Amino acid sequence: MIRVVLPAHLRTLARVTGEVKLEVEGQVTQRSVLNALETCYPMLRGTIRDHVTQQRRPFVRFFACEEDLSHESPDAPLPDPVANGVEPLLVVGAIAGG
Amino acid sequence: MSSVRVLVGTRKGAFVLTSDAKRERWDVSGPHFAGWEIYHVKGSPVDPNRLYASQSSGWFGQLIQRSNDGGKTWEPVGNKFEYDGVPGTHQWYDGTPHPWEFKRVWHVEPSLSDPDTVYAGIEDAAMFRSTDGGQNWQELSGLRGHGSGPHWQPGAGGMCLHTIILDPSDPNRMFIAISAAGAFRTDDGGKTWKPINRGLKSQYIPDPNAEVGHCVHHVAMHGSRPGVLFMQKHWDVMRSDDAGDSWHEVSGNLPTDFGFVIDVHAHEPETIYVVPIKSDSEHYPPDGKLRVYRSRTGGNEWEELSKGLPQSNCYVNVLRDAMAVDKLDSCGVYFGTTGGQVYASADAGDNWAPIVRDLPAVLSVEVQTLP
Repeated sequence: MIRVVLPAHLRTLARVTGEVKLEVEGQVTQRSVLNALETCYPMLRGTIRDHVTQQRRPFVRFFACEEDLSHESPDAPLPDPVANGVEPLLVVGAIAGG
Repeated sequence: MSSVRVLVGTRKGAFVLTSDAKRERWDVSGPHFAGWEIYHVKGSPVDPNRLYASQSSGWFGQLIQRSNDGGKTWEPVGNKFEYDGVPGTHQWYDGTPHPWEFKRVWHVEPSLSDPDTVYAGIEDAAMFRSTDGGQNWQELSGLRGHGSGPHWQPGAGGMCLHTIILDPSDPNRMFIAISAAGAFRTDDGGKTWKPINRGLKSQYIPDPNAEVGHCVHHVAMHGSRPGVLFMQKHWDVMRSDDAGDSWHEVSGNLPTDFGFVIDVHAHEPETIYVVPIKSDSEHYPPDGKLRVYRSRTGGNEWEELSKGLPQSNCYVNVLRDAMAVDKLDSCGVYFGTTGGQVYASADAGDNWAPIVRDLPAVLSVEVQTLP
């Protein structure tokens, strides 16, 4: 099981508390995790990545294992601890604004 | 007994204010969608329990929420607004071509006849329609495809389609307005559109007959007289008696003719309301006095309405979608401010009182009159 931590606003939208646990088919990448997430929680479509371009929204970041993975390819394998369910993938609303 | 429901969109959530027909005691529900920008909430005229809300955030983008019980509960519906075909370009602030990019939904307009049909006015300016209760959205691309599209430019608030008016006497006729392209009309259900900006004068446009480029802030119509339109332009209050084919100025004795809102009395189609704002560089009322102005002559002759409104040290703005009227026998008028107040008058503007004083900045106000 892949563990994903969503930011508070998206937990509210998806009506979940705490971590989300997902079954992911094949290689565990940002894209495959987000595909699984959006399949289980269709209301999240368009909130993390653009509907059409599939690009990460500018003020959303991906962290795992104390690394910022936001600029990694969406098809790059996520770290083994994420793929093994030891560590969660963190979806973070960037600290921005004023 | 009749009642009213006021739907308020703010910078940090939506609020639903309800009262009986006396409009003296109010129940406040919210914030709904706490922390999100709610540009607009509006109910279906044929099913008042069916509401649509535009919910957006700089972080997480656009959502559309739908309620089937008058705002008690909500469910997210479709949020995919994909331009039809190749989006093309419009003009950027510096005059260069700039690709059309979806940013947010400014306005939702439910159909007059079908609760599952709803229109959305978006930034960058385009009009979308859903016929399945907001699940799927299709662009009415004849508007953006109008030959003038590549010359449209954003206003200071973005290139937004902020006004949608459906003609109750002709389902094929609709009016829309875009900052800062101007007003447009369709007579064939949205397939083709024509600019309706003749007579508008904007100092910053060198060509006095420019087809587009006018910063229209809001347009209002009374359902019994669908050929008569009232417009608050950037500067100037305007009127058209021929469904927008031509406009003439009716600013008359207003203290300033800059402003954002304009609306029409529910039972008197020649009675209109504006809130004068000092200038485009000072977005607050003149002299720190918040005053609504009413004309009972369809413009030109205006009277000040200030009873119950702050008459000193008031520096709030009233944004373009933040005024509405109810349909009770004594017409109620409502408006919200960027200071978070929502004011109501149960006597057509003669006397005002705040319903709430400390909401987040108000972006929009709509009213439902319930049986």
